[in-house]
Amino acid sequence: MRYLPLTADDRSDMLARVGAADIDALFSDIPADKRLEHPLDLPMRKSEMEVERLLAGLAAKNIAAGSVPFFVGAGAYKHHIPASVDHLIQRSEFLTSYTPYQAEIAQGTLQYIFEFQTQVAALTGMDVANASMYDGSTATLEAVLMAHRVTGRGKAILSGGLHPHYAEVVRTSCAMTGDAVVSLPPDVFAAEDLAGLVDAQTACVVVQSPDFFGNLRDLAGLAAICQEKGALLIAVFTEAVSLGLVTPPGAMGADIVVGEGQSIGNPLSFGGPYVGLFAAKAKYVRQMPGRLCGQTVDAEGRRGFVLTLSTREQHIRRDKATSNICTNSGLCCLAFTIHLALLGEAGLRRLARINHANAVKLAELLEAMPGVEVLNKTFFNEFTIRVQGDGARAVESLAAKGVLGGVPVSRLLPGAGLDDLILVASSEVNTDEDRAALADALQGAV
Amino acid sequence: MLNRPEHPTQGRSMQAGEATSLEIETFTSNRGLAIEEGLIFEIGRPEVSGVDLDEPAPFKDRLGGFERKDPIGLPGLSEPEAMRHYVRLSQKNYAIDTGIFPLGSCTMKHNPRLNEALARRPGFADIHPLQPQSTVPGALELIGELAHWLMEMTGMAAVAMSPKAGAHGEACGMMAIKAAIAAKGEGATRKIVLVPDSAHGTNPATATRLGFEVRSVPVRGDGTVDAAEVESRLGPEVAAIMLTNPNTCGLFERDIVAIAAAVHAAGAYFYCDGANFNAIAGKTRPGDLGVDAMHINLHKTFSTPHGGGGPGAGPVVLSALLAPFAPIPFLRRDGDGLRLVEHLDEAPDSFGRISAFHGQMGMFVRALAYMLSHGADGLRQASEDAVLNANYIRASLKDLMSQPFGDQRCMHEVLFDDAWLKPTGLSTLDFAKAMIDEGFHPMTIYFPLVAHGAMLIEPTESESKASLDLFIATLRDLAMAARRGETERFIGAPFYAPRRRLDETRAARSPILKWTKPAPR
Repeated sequence: MRYLPLTADDRSDMLARVGAADIDALFSDIPADKRLEHPLDLPMRKSEMEVERLLAGLAAKNIAAGSVPFFVGAGAYKHHIPASVDHLIQRSEFLTSYTPYQAEIAQGTLQYIFEFQTQVAALTGMDVANASMYDGSTATLEAVLMAHRVTGRGKAILSGGLHPHYAEVVRTSCAMTGDAVVSLPPDVFAAEDLAGLVDAQTACVVVQSPDFFGNLRDLAGLAAICQEKGALLIAVFTEAVSLGLVTPPGAMGADIVVGEGQSIGNPLSFGGPYVGLFAAKAKYVRQMPGRLCGQTVDAEGRRGFVLTLSTREQHIRRDKATSNICTNSGLCCLAFTIHLALLGEAGLRRLARINHANAVKLAELLEAMPGVEVLNKTFFNEFTIRVQGDGARAVESLAAKGVLGGVPVSRLLPGAGLDDLILVASSEVNTDEDRAALADALQGAV
Repeated sequence: MLNRPEHPTQGRSMQAGEATSLEIETFTSNRGLAIEEGLIFEIGRPEVSGVDLDEPAPFKDRLGGFERKDPIGLPGLSEPEAMRHYVRLSQKNYAIDTGIFPLGSCTMKHNPRLNEALARRPGFADIHPLQPQSTVPGALELIGELAHWLMEMTGMAAVAMSPKAGAHGEACGMMAIKAAIAAKGEGATRKIVLVPDSAHGTNPATATRLGFEVRSVPVRGDGTVDAAEVESRLGPEVAAIMLTNPNTCGLFERDIVAIAAAVHAAGAYFYCDGANFNAIAGKTRPGDLGVDAMHINLHKTFSTPHGGGGPGAGPVVLSALLAPFAPIPFLRRDGDGLRLVEHLDEAPDSFGRISAFHGQMGMFVRALAYMLSHGADGLRQASEDAVLNANYIRASLKDLMSQPFGDQRCMHEVLFDDAWLKPTGLSTLDFAKAMIDEGFHPMTIYFPLVAHGAMLIEPTESESKASLDLFIATLRDLAMAARRGETERFIGAPFYAPRRRLDETRAARSPILKWTKPAPR
């Protein structure tokens, strides 16, 4: 087997040193009647060529985003990733290293985490950021749990503009612990009154902007109410590129900002692995979940980096830890930080403007069509349209015409009476031809 | 003969080939190929970009006044600057591809590059989780196939694919258990989770996060859990036990069948931490041992790269009793095809959702490629080689280093403690740091907590005999040096790493967690 270096001779020499008659002697603690005497009922080993043929065959059955006009978003976004990003994250020293527990020989990882934390703090307008979470949805849950710890209160209020999967993740966890969740109904027009719901039991209010339906939200008023009532404002985003153009949550008074970082540096990959971003006000740092990298000096006084404030974490504090997270999204965080370093401030702002410009062009094209209505007053690169008839059927019919045209709202919110709505996202990858293809295909579908 | 930075012989002219302990200060602070590298904030400039993008033609925005006006504070790098920066950073890291990475409990095995190439196929990497299911039949088939392998290898009835890492899998499994308990009307009473002292920190952290109360179970003299100790703690208030098998001392839990039986007889559930499944894959099946739920770290047993701390993937296999409570989404076979069930109206007993979308697809591709490459025969061989390698290290070091539970056969990792170091005045940390100077990544240290000054060595099946022999010879040399009292080789080590020991106390006392622009002089 090509991945196993030991030869038959090696094995027998080694068994002799160990003093075992055969390999099974080393497995003799497994109860005799529970040992598998033969290989499992699964195929035997395959060559690299055979495996490639099999899996390439499966890959070929899927329609890749880059091969068609593509407008699918709703929490994961298609962007161009510079070739150098994927090259760099495949450097052996990044790809095949572990969590940087031995700091002296992991300065590469630690330094990019430190850089990542700085970038995320800047992007969100917050004081501190951690070394990443699994994804935006789990980061949102962690933020709610952190708000429980900070406030000593149990109730979370979830905006109806929060990504439905994110809301489900929070509700699922809180149902387990008996913590109250007020989850507002889908809020297509960003018209809900969250401020009026904040009371003395409220630990946090969770609001997304751009929200699930694409609307930009003013968080400043809500932040003031939260502060007055002693609750935390948790701001969520699912499209990190938006932060290059839109007022950051930190500037509007958010206490914790969490989001999905996939759209910078990471491919769609059918939903994972992604990278959760987590930032907060400095005063809450000791209640934060996950790893933090900090600057220090070595024995010769040279700058270096270490994992720090570990007394929050499970490997030290066990049942008193701020989170159970261990492995996070290291390599996805590296892809994020490299892509963002390549973009830089000027590039990110330009990329965000192109995204917005393309979305505006698309909205103008679609709202001119009979039978199609764009519902948003504001948006970044994604908005909601109303079609005549069933949105899911329309999206299927677009797919049959070779256009991946969006996400029917009913895919995430079935039975909510929103079956005629479709989320349509547009990024720098879309051309005028793509937009025309969508409009053409939609013409016949609605 | 050791070259010490503290003993420079400056100013003496040297002949080529002459041995020297000369240490000079360079202008750049670089030391040959060991290059000092600034932060992107020191190298980059806000107006520079390594991505060419054209400014869009003027248009009427729809931002409703929410335009970001103030500087963000992000530096930009041109592509050559970025390449150089990150390649230089990479060179400050140790990695499996540069040497044995014997972190116990972490399973740092070879990461086949075929798996990387396959995961990057556009048909896997460039598909959206919410594009119509009719456009991703190959993706659904791949998940179904991986699920089949996982269930077959573990002898379990179902598998939840969405957990994103081991700890997330633990939460998933314990949520299924909590849901099953609630369904029996025992939610108000069954609040206790038993966790052995040798457990990963994630186990107690997971249990308390879900509202359980943790009660510890001691480890007996041989390093395993005594079924009688478990039994004495069982009762109507116990929800589950979380037991790692093989455990974190590298030992197979000999009483596991009796423990499972006792737990079940008491109406509780058996959660198995599957972090060490790589030792027994193809040799026994957790389902046959009585396990109700177990996560599988695809980034350990099935070799998806650790990537400097993730991403992982932690699918959870479930017994038939727990299967109905599995989280959404999951695959259902409808006629000839597979379909994702994404909502509770089709899964009335499901406990809910634990993450957006459908799991770590990129890791699934890699793990399945690993499984297909090995096959049933290769997976069994991999477990055997991993166990043989660990025992070979044990047999080769046992005369010099002490083992907390006596010398006994181990599984995929071998645990030493610091009793043998006591007379030397050196610590486990000193020993580990001296390994760095020898070109090795240290083993896991100070874990598990049940061993004083623990040193947990997991070589994995990826090491050749020559590699193990050098590793063993080096540890023997270090151990003998320590015993001889050559403490200068340890105290202050590492000497030859990109950094000497780092001041962790200072980092924690006044945390600097991001770069800030220095004040102008």
